[in-house]
Amino acid sequence: MTADDRLEPPPLDPPPSFGPRRMRASLSSSLGRPTAARDLDGAGRREPTIAPSAPEVTVSVAAPASPEPAPEVLPRDAPAVNAAASGGAPSGGHRPAAARPSAARAGGRAPKPKGPARPPPGKTIVPPQAVAGRALVSVVAIMCFLAALAVGVLTLVVAAAQDWQLDVSREATIQVKPIDGQAIEPRLAKALDIARATRGVRSARLVDERESAALLEPWLGRGLDLSSLPIPRLVVVDLADPATADLTGLRLRIAAEVAGAAVDDHAVWAARLRTMAGAMVVVGVGVVGLMLAAMVLSVVFATRAAMAGNREVIEVLHFVGAEDRFIARQFQRHFLLLGLRGGAIGGSAAAAAFLIADFATRSGRADGLADQAQALFGGFSVGLAGYAAVIGLVAVVAALTAITSRATVLGHLGRLD
Amino acid sequence: MIKFENVGLRYGMGPEVLRDLTFEIAPSSFQFLTGPSGAGKTSLIRLLFMSLKPTRGLISVFGRDTARVGRSDLPSLRRRIGVVFQDFRLLDHLTTYENVALPLRVLGKSEAGYRADVVDLLQWVGLGERMHVLPPVLSGGEKQRAAIARALITKPEILLADEPTGNVDPPLARRLLRLFIELNRLGTSVLIATHDLALMDQVDARRIVLADGRIEIYE
Repeated sequence: MTADDRLEPPPLDPPPSFGPRRMRASLSSSLGRPTAARDLDGAGRREPTIAPSAPEVTVSVAAPASPEPAPEVLPRDAPAVNAAASGGAPSGGHRPAAARPSAARAGGRAPKPKGPARPPPGKTIVPPQAVAGRALVSVVAIMCFLAALAVGVLTLVVAAAQDWQLDVSREATIQVKPIDGQAIEPRLAKALDIARATRGVRSARLVDERESAALLEPWLGRGLDLSSLPIPRLVVVDLADPATADLTGLRLRIAAEVAGAAVDDHAVWAARLRTMAGAMVVVGVGVVGLMLAAMVLSVVFATRAAMAGNREVIEVLHFVGAEDRFIARQFQRHFLLLGLRGGAIGGSAAAAAFLIADFATRSGRADGLADQAQALFGGFSVGLAGYAAVIGLVAVVAALTAITSRATVLGHLGRLD
Repeated sequence: MIKFENVGLRYGMGPEVLRDLTFEIAPSSFQFLTGPSGAGKTSLIRLLFMSLKPTRGLISVFGRDTARVGRSDLPSLRRRIGVVFQDFRLLDHLTTYENVALPLRVLGKSEAGYRADVVDLLQWVGLGERMHVLPPVLSGGEKQRAAIARALITKPEILLADEPTGNVDPPLARRLLRLFIELNRLGTSVLIATHDLALMDQVDARRIVLADGRIEIYE
């Protein structure tokens, strides 16, 4: 081979613009050039053109489209090029896609190329099957179900505690102790009068002997004769509004005018209920937090596994200039959907459990446990707040899943270098 | 464009696989990188597109010292470099069209904006009828052309091709070589790693010969 037989060394002056369309036109004008005779085999054989010869074109036109074209086959539009070239096209090069059909018709030999079909919508770059979808959805669903149960029970307890506090604070009790030598009935009547005259009091009533006996029955048994025992008597004061009721005035007047009497505004009980409700909230939030933490750890492991399974995808994305945020987004999208699916399943199951429990306690089919629950909570209905909390929890679970996977991917990519 | 000064590379605590490499890839230049199998051609290409960091020496890419390039700046530099891998590195779950369009998706371009360009390029490399086919169905030559199209779609300033004709027969190898030459005429610097002497004999171009971890350059 002589130096003259070689392909020409490339010139060094770049064109003003460089894009696929322009590139295609420029490149094809050279590749389709039919006159360049070169020794490309290195064996002295002259090759008239790098385009396939005419018989090859004829064969390729006549033969049905092969599903697996041979690697050496020219670009599919090459026959049109050659046809155009043989028909006297000055450049002999490729035509723009839109122009090729007319060129083919003019030449009469080239097959009518198919127009560029619209590609299907872009698939996700990280294949969905590469993410451990089912297992993770199950874990997220179970965690979300348990967390939703905890949230529902929490709202139930908090609402019941608030009701209890309200009930307790709406009442006050005047306790009149028996005093030797002083009849208790006039003092009870005086206490009733003072209570009814106090601002903010809706009503006041005397707890009669039968009610008092009923209150003491669990400790002292049936058939109790209160007259033989020094049992204090009670006046129940119902407050219209605990905030505006003059409990201080009532306490002062009772202390001054009724011997052996004292006012109990149930403040101790209310404080205990507040403390209990607060403790329940802390415990509930802690349980939900632990469940979410376990779910986050599951997502971290699943994300790492997905990244390990998609190592080649990540490498290719890096090579084509993808930023870490772009790569993280590809994983985040999958995990957001998984989190939404798992959260929806778990949340729906929890909501169904609440509905069933509510139905069971309301319909009278409940057993003793449900009776206790009804006595404590006044029905097992979590209410709108409970269901809203479950929906919020599903959203939190989905967001947490996506954020966790994103953070895991970014952290992993950051450690690669 | 890319400059190596006394660059050395070793993997872990092993011996230096590349030693004292000093050369430059000029804008719009065309060169072959050759040498026996295992000479370090692929490692050198990985250094060129910043997939590896040298253990010593200075590599300057587009005027920037790669040792000082932060992780966040790497993508913008890599987007100016097109790479054709020996093993193609096509994503098997994406169609040919989607593989070629991948760099444009990464750039955040809309599918409507790049569809015509990708289809044009695929038709030009002879994959117009295979654009909706998954890579496992493609032949070796078709995969090679898809990989080349993917490297070209973003109009890189330099194209690095690692054994681009290693999986194709001589006629297609000649066509691919023509393609690289024409790309070079359009202004793209081209470096082709190959140990195919017959292929190199077809072009009077600079040869970077790698042997025993060192290079010799024949202008």
